[in-house]
Amino acid sequence: MKDDDFDETPETGLSPELTPELNDDLNDDERALLDEMPDLAGDVGHTRRLFLGTTIAGGIGLFALDLLAQEQALAALQASPDAVLAADAAVQNLVKVAFKVNGAAKTLELDSRVVLLDALRERLALTGSKKGCDQGQCGACTVLVDGKRVLSCLTLAASADGKEVTTIEGLARGEQLHPMQAAFIKYDGFQCGYCTPGQICSAVGLLEEARRGHVSHVTEDVTATTTRLSDDEIRERMSGNICRCGAYPGILAAVQEVHSGIETKHTWHFVEEEQLARVRREDASETV
Amino acid sequence: MRPFSYVRTSDADAAARAVGANPQAKFLAGGTNLLDLMKEDVERPTQLVDVSRLKLTEIRPARGGVSIGALATNTETANNPLIRTSYPLLTQAIVAGASGQIRNMATNGGNLLQRTRCQYFYDVAMPCNKRAPGTGCGALEGLNRIHAILGYSDKCVATYPGDMANALYALDAVVRVRGANGSERTIPIDDFHRLPGNTPETDTTLKHGELIVAIELPKSSFAKHSYYLKVRDRASYAFALVAVAAALDLNGGTIRTARVVLGGVAHKPWRSREAEAALAGKPASEASFRRAAEAALEDAKPLSHNAYKVELAKRAIVRALSRASRLA
Repeated sequence: MKDDDFDETPETGLSPELTPELNDDLNDDERALLDEMPDLAGDVGHTRRLFLGTTIAGGIGLFALDLLAQEQALAALQASPDAVLAADAAVQNLVKVAFKVNGAAKTLELDSRVVLLDALRERLALTGSKKGCDQGQCGACTVLVDGKRVLSCLTLAASADGKEVTTIEGLARGEQLHPMQAAFIKYDGFQCGYCTPGQICSAVGLLEEARRGHVSHVTEDVTATTTRLSDDEIRERMSGNICRCGAYPGILAAVQEVHSGIETKHTWHFVEEEQLARVRREDASETV
Repeated sequence: MRPFSYVRTSDADAAARAVGANPQAKFLAGGTNLLDLMKEDVERPTQLVDVSRLKLTEIRPARGGVSIGALATNTETANNPLIRTSYPLLTQAIVAGASGQIRNMATNGGNLLQRTRCQYFYDVAMPCNKRAPGTGCGALEGLNRIHAILGYSDKCVATYPGDMANALYALDAVVRVRGANGSERTIPIDDFHRLPGNTPETDTTLKHGELIVAIELPKSSFAKHSYYLKVRDRASYAFALVAVAAALDLNGGTIRTARVVLGGVAHKPWRSREAEAALAGKPASEASFRRAAEAALEDAKPLSHNAYKVELAKRAIVRALSRASRLA
């Protein structure tokens, strides 16, 4: 490896002082591997080789150091949480918002532009509510305001003044999960989990709407009242919450069980020792 | 988002005065469309007057019909017992739109004022006479699959995106508004939204500072035979490609009067008086419905990417009328 591979610090932000160590940490095989790599034109190749070296030598540790350095630099620049919120603009049009969040009274002074989602996440450290699309199309930011499910990305924090907000963090009672949270776990109602807080808050709101006899787009006769929801009703009523992983069958099963008490049968189970033994006997092998 | 001052009031007159006094001010109710447009830099108000706490949420019998508060939410309106039993078409139209969360936020007045979802309108890098008058229409010769087939101009081919209003047109609604000077006037719903003409930047006939206070529906003879059909790219939570609000007043098997309103095809909900005339006095049969559908689309002029809407609208009309008459 040529020394001048590390003569500057491109996008990764690695400091030059770290690089000799990095080079020293490579074993002979890694050094040979890097030397055999064809030079790619311009910064891309340079960065790619640096990336590879960093990965091999330091693994995630160096990246963490890098992130830490970035965060410290940011913290030095921006002294208050307001500054983080305002990003590249000063706080303007200050509004005072006094509301209840998960049962606790909170008072915030905010730029009028701050939406409820950002107030919850950035000012109150309630990062359960997620920013997905930030334009009312995905449902990841769903919270309950005065018991009704709404989109916190399209709600000005200022207009939540005097209201009661419940987020995913406020559903459990101590260690006792809300039945909807427990059901999502029971039925694998998620994969990556990003949409899950919004899904659960939406489902909790849906339950109350169902109790009140609300109708939906798939309700056959809107003049009649029913409080018992079919699977299709739940699918329609949850359509404002998009799941990129496609965990919909589990979500449906979870909401249906909490709504109706009807359990959805698992179509799979972990293999039991007895079954394993039988297969082994039949195969006359120990490979299974 | 650009900076704006925020004020909230519980007095309708004060709200109308505040907005009336500032040409760059806007009313804020549910915010489901306005906030979105502000984030996209399409709407740039310097002041928001929050009217969401005004006591204009009542839904009550009035003059044989019903008066619906402008600030009742879509959810409250769709599920109100009086609306569900006497105006089920309105309930069906409301629940066909948006999602549970958005209907919980959105108000009836705001719903009437929602703006087009034309992608050229939303993208500030694109020309759009509605957003920036004089810059041209990107959709006229561009991607216009979701655009108008009726009533457009060479200045604008955008469609009105809503569902609720389509039902209100079929139900002969009247919009009650209050001006900055405290006086009220009523606007028949058919005169509320505009066709684009040479000024597509103006969606409605509301004057700046006028606040919608109520939507009034007369007594209806359509409750037994009405149907809202919405056709879209996916089964839920999408805007209409074509929607039909169909309503029939039947005397046995004969149609006394009919309402046919199309959504997703024009700059405003498109009430087809041609279709309605073709239905009046005729038997409630598929043949009658087909003739009405042909009459409704006779003047349709599709753009380069939306010829499908003509046939789709015809079939949707036949299906909606069939469901309304309970033939299907």
